[in-house]
Amino acid sequence: MDITVNILLTIATAATPLLIAAIGELVVERSGVLNLGVEGMMIMGAVGGFGAGYLTGSPWIGLLAAIIVGALFSLLFAVMTLSLATNQVATGLSLTLLGLGLSGMIGTSFVGQPGVRLPNLEIPGLSSIPVVGKLIFGQDPVFYISIALTAAVMWFLFKTRTGLTLRSIGDSHTSAHALGIKVIRYRYLAVMFGGACAGLAGGHLSLVYTPQWVENMSAGRGWIALALVVFASWRPWRVLAGAYIFGAVWIGQLHAQAFGIPVPSQFLSSLPYLATIVVLVLISRNKRLTMMNTPASLGQPFVPDR
Amino acid sequence: MGGTVSANHDRANLLEVRGLTKIFGTLTACDHIDLNIAKGEIHALLGENGAGKSTLVKMLFGSLEPNSGEIFWDGKPVKITSPGVAKKLGIGMVFQHFSLFEALTAAENIALSLNDGSPISTIAAKARALSFSYGLPLDPDSLVGDLSVGERQRIEIIRCLLQTPQLIILDEPTSVLTPQEADKLFETLERLRSEGKSILYISHRLEEVKRICDRATVLRHGKVVGHCNPREETAASLARMMVGSEVKAVVRAPAEGIETAPALLEIRGLSRKPATPFAIPLKNINLTVRAGEVIGIAGVAGNGQGEFFESVSGEVLQQDAGSVRIRGKDAGAISITGRRLMGAAFVPEERLGHGAAPRMKLSENLLLSRHATDGKAFVGSGGMVKNGSVYSAAQRIITAMDVRKSAPDPEAAALSGGNLQKFIVGRELDRKPSVMIVNQPTWGVDAGAAAHIRQALIELARSGSAVLVISQDLDELFELSDAIAVMHNGELSKPLPIAEATFEKIGLLMGGAEPGHAEHGMEVA
Repeated sequence: MDITVNILLTIATAATPLLIAAIGELVVERSGVLNLGVEGMMIMGAVGGFGAGYLTGSPWIGLLAAIIVGALFSLLFAVMTLSLATNQVATGLSLTLLGLGLSGMIGTSFVGQPGVRLPNLEIPGLSSIPVVGKLIFGQDPVFYISIALTAAVMWFLFKTRTGLTLRSIGDSHTSAHALGIKVIRYRYLAVMFGGACAGLAGGHLSLVYTPQWVENMSAGRGWIALALVVFASWRPWRVLAGAYIFGAVWIGQLHAQAFGIPVPSQFLSSLPYLATIVVLVLISRNKRLTMMNTPASLGQPFVPDR
Repeated sequence: MGGTVSANHDRANLLEVRGLTKIFGTLTACDHIDLNIAKGEIHALLGENGAGKSTLVKMLFGSLEPNSGEIFWDGKPVKITSPGVAKKLGIGMVFQHFSLFEALTAAENIALSLNDGSPISTIAAKARALSFSYGLPLDPDSLVGDLSVGERQRIEIIRCLLQTPQLIILDEPTSVLTPQEADKLFETLERLRSEGKSILYISHRLEEVKRICDRATVLRHGKVVGHCNPREETAASLARMMVGSEVKAVVRAPAEGIETAPALLEIRGLSRKPATPFAIPLKNINLTVRAGEVIGIAGVAGNGQGEFFESVSGEVLQQDAGSVRIRGKDAGAISITGRRLMGAAFVPEERLGHGAAPRMKLSENLLLSRHATDGKAFVGSGGMVKNGSVYSAAQRIITAMDVRKSAPDPEAAALSGGNLQKFIVGRELDRKPSVMIVNQPTWGVDAGAAAHIRQALIELARSGSAVLVISQDLDELFELSDAIAVMHNGELSKPLPIAEATFEKIGLLMGGAEPGHAEHGMEVA
């Protein structure tokens, strides 16, 4: 019984950074901007979060720093692509490369240092209920933030006027501009929200998942988050499903490898990717729904003529 | 609602524009424009393509910033710095290229342009009530991507009316409507006028302007060249004012011996499943175009014309090779280049990005479409391009079609729409193709250039080629065609010989009202 609970807990821990980064990128892409710099923003959040936590001794200050660093780093992308109308794909890729390099440089002195860990939630009484106690009331705080964030983004996008406006910009920025909507301002805010989320996801890595600083510790999670958004056809609950499928198969195959199942380990390592793609492709079969949810102006630079 | 309306038309100016100027680089798009729009009038803005109409209207709606000049609203000077400011003043706009969001519902589209925070359901109810009171019924919950162009325009109009504007700007509103839908629109406009609203009406259809407009301002090359009362003018005199010289009427010599002429283009039971959720399926289309004739295909935009053109041109291949036959040979499974080599030529609807690569020179665009058919002339040994002969061929086309340009061999994007279209049509005509298929030959092209293109198409047919023209412009089809077929919802009606065709008959077919399809459904290939 305890083993099952522990496996479920590790799945949640593995899925949380993917979910947070993907939800942030979903908002960015819904506004019509493609930011391929998620990996770079995530690793910057990780190093910023670790550094602030290590220097102040407070994991909470570390988490806040991760969010701020992510948002500021995405601002660089926003200025380039939105104000200077550079190519979004190229700018996003360079943001990732810059983030990986810069974080390595900043983090040289953090390597091998003991980090601080964000404590798990402990509610006396509730957390000690068998099975559900740990799962529902005893996880790390970022887990709760990730679930709340998903619900909030869903509500924002589909129930509020501002969310409708954001989606309309993603559908056609020229039409939105013609209606007098401030396209660039909305996109700036969306990109920075995405950056803050990626930063938070990075903070989760260096303050919860493995509370230490290792170069390249994001290990491609930013790319997985990007893929999740597309395969989830830009719908928040599907992103959640995708992140958890990935997390579950990831943890499952680790255990399978530990048990020494006679299957090549390379195949097992590729399973999480395969499983996530298959499941998300299956739930996105409805072409019409996919069309409706695809931001039509995704990746196109917008220059209003004056 | 703002300003009071006097019943006796005191002609107080609602909008007054003085010396409005807009310069793009070296081009003065609007040169000291003066314009007065009175309360309760329908004011026409006339002019050829590139005369500055759209630029002027964009400045009035705040999407472009004038370099100089003044705008007075209700007698007070105003600066319209953004569409938001224009809306606040009471200016509403119905765009030529719709500014709707396809993935959203009609009600959501309307909500986006209203700045109040009322819930979507309230807005939907208001929109529904208003649309029925104007006789433009609208389902607020429908997805825009699923709607016909006419229905989309209703949304635009209702959206504009819900903002209770004093001035409504309509940019080429009838170019996408059936004649019956256009009549409905005119009723609405007349009702709005009787409510004291002002309307700025932009159109190149002179008959319409004569019918509903009280005054007209005519632009040419960015300058105001005249004011008139369109009711006292003839269509020819209005055209003269716009163009600055006499527009040559298109002459269509009677076609002779068509019945026995060889069929150069045959479409046999052409069907196609929709490729995307918003696309139209093609259903068992049959059509024969013989040497020497021009067949027109009418229809409201978005009824499958684009899909039909793709299938006939070879952009999308058919499973059934016999569904498209060119000069008696099966071509359905042959690529676009292969079909060109069989003697066919194609002009797609989109000029930039489809008909021509925007950032490439005219000569390069010529080479792109004709490197295979004119391989001997344009490509030398070892696959080297003969730049000299491509250049001189481009110049030959430019002269033949009277393409006006700023440089000897400019980029395609540097040409105005009309001039680029003349070049693209000329590029294909220059080959003397035996089958010519054109989608929207004169969309957004000015009167002079349009007449030139139409005449050239007729002459090509009379010299023994088969010409198929897909167009939404009925006037154009009546000028060009020997017979007109109508496309509605992916089905093609039997062609109606021009002698029997009337606007009314074609209009009914365009609306899908008449079951004219049944008779030819039995035809066997």
